[in-house]
Amino acid sequence: MTDQTLSEAPSVARKRYEDTVWTEEVAFIDRIPRGIAMVGLFVGFIVLWQLVYLSGLVSPLILPSPLETGADIVFVGKNLFSGGYMLTAFFVTTQEVLVGFVIAMAIGFSLGILVGETSFGERAVLPYLVAIDTMPKVAFAPLFLAWLGFGISSKVALAAFIATFPIVVSTAAGLHAADDNARMLFKAMGATRWQTLFRMKIPTGLPHIFTGLKIAAVGVMAGAITAEFLGGGKGFGELIRVAASQLQTPRVFSLIIYLSLLGFVLFWTVVLVERRLVFWHRSTISGVDGGR
Amino acid sequence: MTTNLAMVAEGEPAGDPRRPVYELVDVTKKYGHVVALEPVNVTLREGDFAAVIGPSGCGKSTLLKIMAGLVPPSSGAVVLEGQPVKGPRREIGMMFQQATLFPWCTTLENIVLPISIRDGRAAAKKAEKDALELLELVGLKGFEKAYPGQLSGGMAQRAAICRMLITEPDVLLLDEPFSALDELARDFMNLELQRITSARNATAFLITHSIPEAVFLSDTVYVMSARPGRIVEAVTIDLPRPRTMEMMVEPAFGAFVNRIRSLLDKGGFL
Repeated sequence: MTDQTLSEAPSVARKRYEDTVWTEEVAFIDRIPRGIAMVGLFVGFIVLWQLVYLSGLVSPLILPSPLETGADIVFVGKNLFSGGYMLTAFFVTTQEVLVGFVIAMAIGFSLGILVGETSFGERAVLPYLVAIDTMPKVAFAPLFLAWLGFGISSKVALAAFIATFPIVVSTAAGLHAADDNARMLFKAMGATRWQTLFRMKIPTGLPHIFTGLKIAAVGVMAGAITAEFLGGGKGFGELIRVAASQLQTPRVFSLIIYLSLLGFVLFWTVVLVERRLVFWHRSTISGVDGGR
Repeated sequence: MTTNLAMVAEGEPAGDPRRPVYELVDVTKKYGHVVALEPVNVTLREGDFAAVIGPSGCGKSTLLKIMAGLVPPSSGAVVLEGQPVKGPRREIGMMFQQATLFPWCTTLENIVLPISIRDGRAAAKKAEKDALELLELVGLKGFEKAYPGQLSGGMAQRAAICRMLITEPDVLLLDEPFSALDELARDFMNLELQRITSARNATAFLITHSIPEAVFLSDTVYVMSARPGRIVEAVTIDLPRPRTMEMMVEPAFGAFVNRIRSLLDKGGFL
């Protein structure tokens, strides 16, 4: 009896209910392929821009047409790739950003370890850091200009100043990420403080640290450009400021586009290093993190 | 089969020829004014397998940390191999509920980590041969290059056993090592643990919440009460060895389980 039911059940079921397969419903907006969605958004944006331009509601001095802007992007691109004065300016800003980032990392890691690893740092240094961090750091720009002059160093200083704090905070937080078992295990193995720090706490904290580095990579750009706006110099920020003051709006747009390339490369360098070092963490395995 | 109950305070039966490995004499722990442990007296002789069972918060883990030299006792003496314990010791191997493998190291690197920390990377390199043997012993052959993220819970715990054994410790301190595993894996691991400890004549001290597990593995089960932590009774389990899963349904085994359960019930802990 049981055998019969078992052997007959599927065919009976199949006979009785013909349409047994069903699919989960996915909303239309979630079914659009990524490529089409991205291109569609971009085209939509350009069309909207063109419509606003044609409507005459906004002065062409303030908002140029997409075509004009496109032509200027090509022009600036030619200047850049033929090694013109814009390339020189681009290198100046690149230098400020990179040197600022390296300094921010050096200070950020050092202070982060001091705060995250020692109770002296946590109790005595951290309150001051938090106090400074809550200040609008751009407001320090005039000070840096007064102290370091209008050359590259004042820009590096502001860039580094802005980028340091996220690194400090994320490093300190990262060092607290290790759980009690891991700490106990290292203690039981007779590990020294340095061994515990470098072989357990820092690796454990790397996902946090990289989150800070990504924020810093964005901040360092903002710092360098802000300092150039305020303090002149020979960088891309100065080109933008001049173009804007002459109401060369298409030029401002195209300079921003090329500037964003610099930020993009810096950000993705951080992400790639992260994927290499933190290959074991779920954020890098699944690709959830990293600005995708 | 008789149930041999000996009060701890009266000490071990006289004339045991095996040398004492671990001696705890009047060990107490206070956190501020809170008494976490009342005087504990335990002697573990070479090859002894002892378990501590008790409700959550009875100070079992505190006791284990004191034994491991991770936390100082408030008073009393902890002596291991004739030397007072005043910090982590090489002779001690530890294992926790979580495998605590480091995900950026391969299984092999995780296992030789204690050697690497104590003796440097060159020594760790040399220990890799031993590590591979240990992996084979616990049935993880071929997984030496796998990262912990690729191991199941039971496999990770087996790798943690290898890491504990790589330094060839004389005593094993086990803090609920298998309680995060499912029932089947847990039974299997307990058989493994019995095999390993008896093959090495290792002295082991196990913390557990499972009465059958405690009875299955131990020569002595210490029953603890909560707040303040106190050893109520030491139950000697004189079941023959090696123990098998089949023994767990025998009346003698059940008698021990009931005995311990009633001790815990009496305290109103469960």
